[in-house]
Amino acid sequence: MSLSKKEMEVLVDPLVFNNPIAIQALGVCSALAVTVQLKQAIVMSVSVAFVLVFSSFFLSVLANTGKGIPNKIRMIVELCVIASLVILVDQVLKAVDYDLYKQLSVFVGLIITNCIIMGRAEAFALGNSPKASILDGIGNAGGYAIVLCTVGGLRELLGSGKLLGFRLIPESLYTNLGYENCGLMVLAPGAFVLIGLFIWVQNTLWPAKNN
Amino acid sequence: MNSTELISLAVSSIFVNNILLANFLGMCSFLAVSKKVETAMGLGIAVTFVLAIVCPVNWVLYQYIFKAGALVWISEDLAHIDLSFLKFISFIAVIAAMIQIIEMFMDKYMPSLYAALGIFLPLIAVNCAILGAALFMVERDYSLIESGVFGIASGIGWWLAIIAMAAIRQKLVYSNVPVGLRGLGITFIITGLMAIGFMGFAGISL
Repeated sequence: MSLSKKEMEVLVDPLVFNNPIAIQALGVCSALAVTVQLKQAIVMSVSVAFVLVFSSFFLSVLANTGKGIPNKIRMIVELCVIASLVILVDQVLKAVDYDLYKQLSVFVGLIITNCIIMGRAEAFALGNSPKASILDGIGNAGGYAIVLCTVGGLRELLGSGKLLGFRLIPESLYTNLGYENCGLMVLAPGAFVLIGLFIWVQNTLWPAKNN
Repeated sequence: MNSTELISLAVSSIFVNNILLANFLGMCSFLAVSKKVETAMGLGIAVTFVLAIVCPVNWVLYQYIFKAGALVWISEDLAHIDLSFLKFISFIAVIAAMIQIIEMFMDKYMPSLYAALGIFLPLIAVNCAILGAALFMVERDYSLIESGVFGIASGIGWWLAIIAMAAIRQKLVYSNVPVGLRGLGITFIITGLMAIGFMGFAGISL
């Protein structure tokens, strides 16, 4: 499958320059809540990517066949498509890894109200071809995953000295040199401050084009 | 369930487990609407109002239709049916429908409040604090009264946080923030500092 220049842009733009979390301020809730450990962040990224790509695809197909979706019931149609996909993810996760499912608790269900998905459906999928919508979904899911995994990795490393459950900071550092984990990183304030700093770095390296 | 426990639940949902600062729910509208105190006030009232109604309604639906074995009240034969996987789609439908009903009701009987809330009412349907509170209520096995108190208290907690944030952001206009941090970045860091402040409430018990 070859991509035209415009399609390439749709795919790559949301990764950095138009990142859904850092620039568009969409889908922030889950980015803060599930980033205590890297593993949770990865699973959440994959789940959101699945829902986002397929909801963009289905909604774009619906909008482009026949007369399209009537404007009045647009929101309900969107919510139904998204909620059905989230139920799928929820059931699969429950069957595959029950412990992780318990840790993520309500946040799997909250993918429904994750504004990235609604936002991209409204802003892109309803007005573009299915192929472009899939690319847009992949791009935005990628941008979401980059922020989630960076923040998740930093919080796990600084907060508990581990990465994906493996100890990276050696025990001797704790016992001999008096190194201590940064307890704040595991708690809510750490997540807010880290995302704030992430946005700062992002804005400094790649200043936003439009403001 | 006595009244002391209910008050304790309310205090902990407002301060200790604040739905926004400790559970990260409702961030999107919190970031978008916290620029002025008046609009933050309107949205805060609307969210509290909707949460107070939606939580008990969803509780009744979940207990009598979707929970595993909940259909026993129709017939003993239905005891093995577990519809709980349908809870997401039904909760979001209930929330959207309730908001529509509340909107029509307020339009007819409380026009002044309706005019004050304006555009914020329909926007609440996609505020994750509402769906989040409904899912927390299921996960923590609250009773009907508890879920009502939890709904109202979560709403008040969210309201408190967004008003505080709007007030700080209005003052922030006059300060010299580093260029890259302006806007979203500094808002996150202030929210983090507020969350540290609210952590000071931990350990309060009645």
